[in-house]
Amino acid sequence: MWRIVHQFGSPPWVYRFCDRVIPWLLPITVVALLTGSIWGLLFAPTDYKQGDSYRIIYIHVPAAVVALAGYYVMALAGLVSLVWRVKLADTAMRAAAPIGAAYTAIALITGAIWGKPTWGAWWVWDARITSMLILFFLYVGVIALFEAYENKTVAARACAILSLVGTVNIPIIYKSVDWWYSLHQPASIKFTGSSAIDASMLYPLLGMIISFYALFALLMMLNLKQSLTEEYAQSAWLNKRLTA
Amino acid sequence: MTEARDIDILHYCRSQTVRQLMLMVRSPSEVVNPLLFFLLVIVLFPLGLGPDPEQLSVLAPGILWVVALLSNLMICMRLFVDDLEDGSLEQLAMARVPLSVAVLPQLLASWLASGLLLSVVSPLFGLMLGLPLNVAPVLIASLLMGTAIMLLLGAVGAALTVGVQRGGILLALLILPLYVPILIAGTRALNEALQGGDPSIALALLGAGVTGSLVLAPLAIAEGLRVSLEL
Repeated sequence: MWRIVHQFGSPPWVYRFCDRVIPWLLPITVVALLTGSIWGLLFAPTDYKQGDSYRIIYIHVPAAVVALAGYYVMALAGLVSLVWRVKLADTAMRAAAPIGAAYTAIALITGAIWGKPTWGAWWVWDARITSMLILFFLYVGVIALFEAYENKTVAARACAILSLVGTVNIPIIYKSVDWWYSLHQPASIKFTGSSAIDASMLYPLLGMIISFYALFALLMMLNLKQSLTEEYAQSAWLNKRLTA
Repeated sequence: MTEARDIDILHYCRSQTVRQLMLMVRSPSEVVNPLLFFLLVIVLFPLGLGPDPEQLSVLAPGILWVVALLSNLMICMRLFVDDLEDGSLEQLAMARVPLSVAVLPQLLASWLASGLLLSVVSPLFGLMLGLPLNVAPVLIASLLMGTAIMLLLGAVGAALTVGVQRGGILLALLILPLYVPILIAGTRALNEALQGGDPSIALALLGAGVTGSLVLAPLAIAEGLRVSLEL
C-alpha cells in the first residue's frame, strides 16, 4: 500500500501516469460534457416559473461545486507539501489554483447572467454570491503570492501556508456571510428553496457535475505535465520519455 | 528542566514586550500615524456623503469598522519589515524560545499601541459620525477584540510577504478576504446595540475569534517567517 503512496511522489511515475490516463480521460470528458449539456439544454423540461433561463444551472452549479472542491484539492496538496516536503505536491497545488479560480469566475459570471432576468439585477448581495466572490479572492491571493516570489520552492511553501489558513477560514466566512445576509434582508429571493429538484432536471445536472469534475482532473493533469516538463527539462528520464 | 524553560519564556516575553514598547515610544510617528489615518478617513466620509447626522449615524458602524480594518492593514504592512532588515528576525528564529512564542511580544506591543489605543478613542470618532454615547461600551469591546483578531491574521499575511518586494498591496489582497467575518460580527454588534437589541452574540463570536486565532495564528506566523527567511 505504501508503494502506491510513494509512487505519487515520484515525478517520472506521475508523468507516465498522466500520459497513460489522459488519452482515456479526454474523450470521456468531452463525451460527458456534450451529453450533459445537450441533455440539460435541449431535453430537460422547461421550468414553469423561470422558463428556459434556469438552464444556466447546468453550467453554473457544477462550476460552483467544483470551484469549492478545487480549493480543498489545493489545500490538501499544500498540506502534503508542508508536512512531508513532497515536491510534487507543490506542483499539484500550483496546477490546481488557476483552474479553481477559473471555475469560480465561471460560477460568478453565469450567476450574474442568470440573475438579470430572474432577479432583475446583475449583482445581488446574496450570501452565496458573496461567499463565492470571497473564494475567488482567496484563489487570486494564492496565485499572486506564488508569482511574487522569485524562488519557486519558497513560493510553494508560502502558498501552502496561505491555502491552509484559507481552509480554516472558509467555513467561518461562509457561516458569517449567511448570518450577515439574514440581518440585511429577509429571504425574499428563494434560491433553491425547499422544493426538491425534479429527477428529470436532476440527472442531467448530476451528469454535468461529474463531467466538470472530470474536466478539472483533465486540466490538472495537463497543467501538471507542463509544469513537470518545465521543472525537469534537464533530467534524463524526461528527455528519454520525450524522445521515445 | 521544563520549568526552567517556562520561566525563561516568561522572562523573555516580558523583556521583549518592554523593548518593543520602548522602540515605539522612541519613534512615536509609527503609533500616531495610523490613528491620524483613521481620523482622516473618517473625516472624508461626511465630506463625501453629506453632513446629515441621521444618515451618518446609520452608516457609522460600517464606516468605523472599515476604517479600523484599513488602519490595521497599515500596521500589518510594517510589522516585520524592520526586524527583517536589521537581522533581528533571524536571531529570533534561531533563539531557544520557539518562534511561534517569540513573535507574541511584538504582536502584543503592536496591539497595545494600535488596537487598544484605537478602541479607547473610537467613541470620539463615533460621536463625530453621530453615534450615541450609550453604544460606546459595545463599540470599545468589539473593537478591542476585532483589532486583536485582525492583527493576528494580518501578521500571518505579513510574515508571508515580508520578504517580497513591494509586498504591501499583496498583503491587502491576501488578508482582506479573511477579515470578512470580523467585519460582519463587529458591525452586527454595533447595529444590535444601536437598535436596542442584544449585542452579546456578536461579541461572544468575536471573543471566540480571539481565542481561536490566538491559538492557531502564531503557528502560521512562525511557519510564514521561516519561509520568508528561507530557513
